[in-house]
Amino acid sequence: GAMGGSASLIPRDLLGEYQELTFLSKQEILLAYKRFSELLPKEERESAFSARVPKSHILTLPELRANPFQHRICHVFSTSETGDDSMSFEDFLDMLSVFSDSATSDIKSYYAFRIFDFDDDGTLDRKDLEQLVNCLTGQGEESRLSSAEMEQLIHNILEESDIDRDGTINLSEFQHVVSRSPDFASSFKIVL
Amino acid sequence: QALMGKPYGSLPRKTVPRAEEATAMNFATLWDFSGFAQYSVLFYGYYNNQRTIGWLKFRMPLSYFLVGVGSIGYSFMIVTRTMAKNANDDGGGDDTSFNFSWKMFTSWDYLIGNPETADNKFASITTSFKEAIVEEQESRKEENIHLTRFLRVLANFLALCTLAGSGYLIFFVVRRSQQFALEGLENYGWWERNEVNTVMSLLGMFCPTLFDVISSLENYHPRIALRWQLGRIFALFLGNLYTFIIALMDEINLKARYLLPFTLEEEKIVKYNMTIWEASLYNGTIPENSTAPPIHVDPADVPRGPCWETMVGQEFVRLTVSDMMTTYITILIGDFLRAVFVRFFNYCWCWDLEYGFPSYSEFDISGNVLGLIFNQGMIWMGSFYAPCLPAINVFRLHTSMYLQCWAVMCCNVPQERVFKASRSNNFYMAMLLFILFLSTLPAVYTIVSIPPSFDCGPFSGKTRMYEVISETLEHDFPSWFGKVFGYASNPGLILPFILLMVLSLYYLNATSKSYKEANLELKKKLQSVRIKN
Repeated sequence: GAMGGSASLIPRDLLGEYQELTFLSKQEILLAYKRFSELLPKEERESAFSARVPKSHILTLPELRANPFQHRICHVFSTSETGDDSMSFEDFLDMLSVFSDSATSDIKSYYAFRIFDFDDDGTLDRKDLEQLVNCLTGQGEESRLSSAEMEQLIHNILEESDIDRDGTINLSEFQHVVSRSPDFASSFKIVL
Repeated sequence: QALMGKPYGSLPRKTVPRAEEATAMNFATLWDFSGFAQYSVLFYGYYNNQRTIGWLKFRMPLSYFLVGVGSIGYSFMIVTRTMAKNANDDGGGDDTSFNFSWKMFTSWDYLIGNPETADNKFASITTSFKEAIVEEQESRKEENIHLTRFLRVLANFLALCTLAGSGYLIFFVVRRSQQFALEGLENYGWWERNEVNTVMSLLGMFCPTLFDVISSLENYHPRIALRWQLGRIFALFLGNLYTFIIALMDEINLKARYLLPFTLEEEKIVKYNMTIWEASLYNGTIPENSTAPPIHVDPADVPRGPCWETMVGQEFVRLTVSDMMTTYITILIGDFLRAVFVRFFNYCWCWDLEYGFPSYSEFDISGNVLGLIFNQGMIWMGSFYAPCLPAINVFRLHTSMYLQCWAVMCCNVPQERVFKASRSNNFYMAMLLFILFLSTLPAVYTIVSIPPSFDCGPFSGKTRMYEVISETLEHDFPSWFGKVFGYASNPGLILPFILLMVLSLYYLNATSKSYKEANLELKKKLQSVRIKN
């Protein structure tokens, strides 16, 4: 069947290599391969390892479809040189590995930081935080916070997490806050 | 015992007495856990008091005792270990210091794939942000302190009255059931037979709602109100359980005190009859002063002595079963029928049923966790007297899990305000530990102070249950072991040991406090260093 067929399509040494480099198990890698090939048009499926799937196709995956951070996720994990956020199979595995159950909390918080850093400048400043809040409150106009509420919220967050009081949250402050949360590891998870 | 001991029917204590045999297999009797079920492995009374049984020379009474005590000890260890691990993960228990940041960074659930669920999540996150902002501003506002205080005192008073009332009701009902038992249960209908269990279950259903109403007087922040609510429900269940136990113990003591002179006589008669019966089994000589020829008496006909341990075990098993029934019926009526009503009658009703009064029932996380904890407390209390009670409970948990799974999927809506159980993780574990401690008190008390029944159970014939340990030490271990044990259990040695433990507790507590303070100091230093630069 289809499942048995895909097992023979990944060469054994490559499978072993992927298992070592990522946090995924053999079953998870095979399933990821199957789902990735389904996103490719039929002609390209033979050369799945060198193909790149455009962002619009990746976003049709049910796991990412409803996620407010879908564009950021594609951007962070994509190694595309043209900047079109397309993903190769290895990028895809990378993403699944970070979001898997066995990934460590450090790795997860590092990537979460990169996902939340909308302007890619290495820190979470006010603008990043505002965009983050807007992502979380949904797309409707009534559900957005008023500017007074937004001000208050950002002020409270910086009060709590900005230890060195420079007005931005850097990686170590972020990891410090997030590592203490009991829910982070269980919510920052995507399973195919 | 089931594997290696003598089978059913071979010994008097394992057989249904002749008088009860007629009704032994009736469903009503079985449901009540008397009749055939009473004389089975389920209850304490079945177990024989022979020192070793079978060809493996398995020491049954010793193992019964050790398993009972050991399972309690193991439970203590597991609960404490989990609490310590939780405290460790918490990183020192900073419960509310990263409130807003956590809401920002960790509230989105990446496993959500369904757009409708995502919309719900967006709405709940928005509400949560807005509430948190408002609540933070309100905490700086001044209120009418006196009115609030008065209302809170009033609410606490009402809650105490409810608790006292329910305790009294249970006591009254247990007493009544003893009277019924004395007069013979055949004269009364279903209600009188099951009065105690039904009353306890009904109290468990209605009093929490009452507490909910009372708490609206108090005007607390929802998280604090939830804690008060849980604490009150906790006190309710505990009070009910303890009143029940005390009433039972009272009855046993009463019987022991008033019937003791008669029981001793009865004991002698029964023992005499039993020696005849045993002698007849082996065709040996009959003790002097008897002229009866050896007759083979069927075990069912041998007169039996009273057995309070089995009675206690029966009460617990009945309680568990009725609790299970109440849960199922509540789910079916309270959740399913309500959902059906709201869904289908909405078209022809004056107001919108789905948003208005009945609507769909919420899945009450904290209530369910509390129910699980109390169920476990009952099992801990009763398992010494009814050894197969944990097995019954496992079956009950399996079935109720599937039932509740289905009910949640089909008829429940999520709670409006979800105070995650994960944050108060140690709160629930602390309650579990407390309940474990309180549940094992009655069993330990009976092991140490009450003489076991002379005619049933693995400890019959001894003056105290724990004597099985000293007996084992005498017979099976070398003599120096017994001497060492004797020295070690000397109070003069134990008291200083306890003192040492208390002192080390104090020391560890002091060091942990100093570490916390050092942590805070370092944080402040970080801030001041940055400000300087």
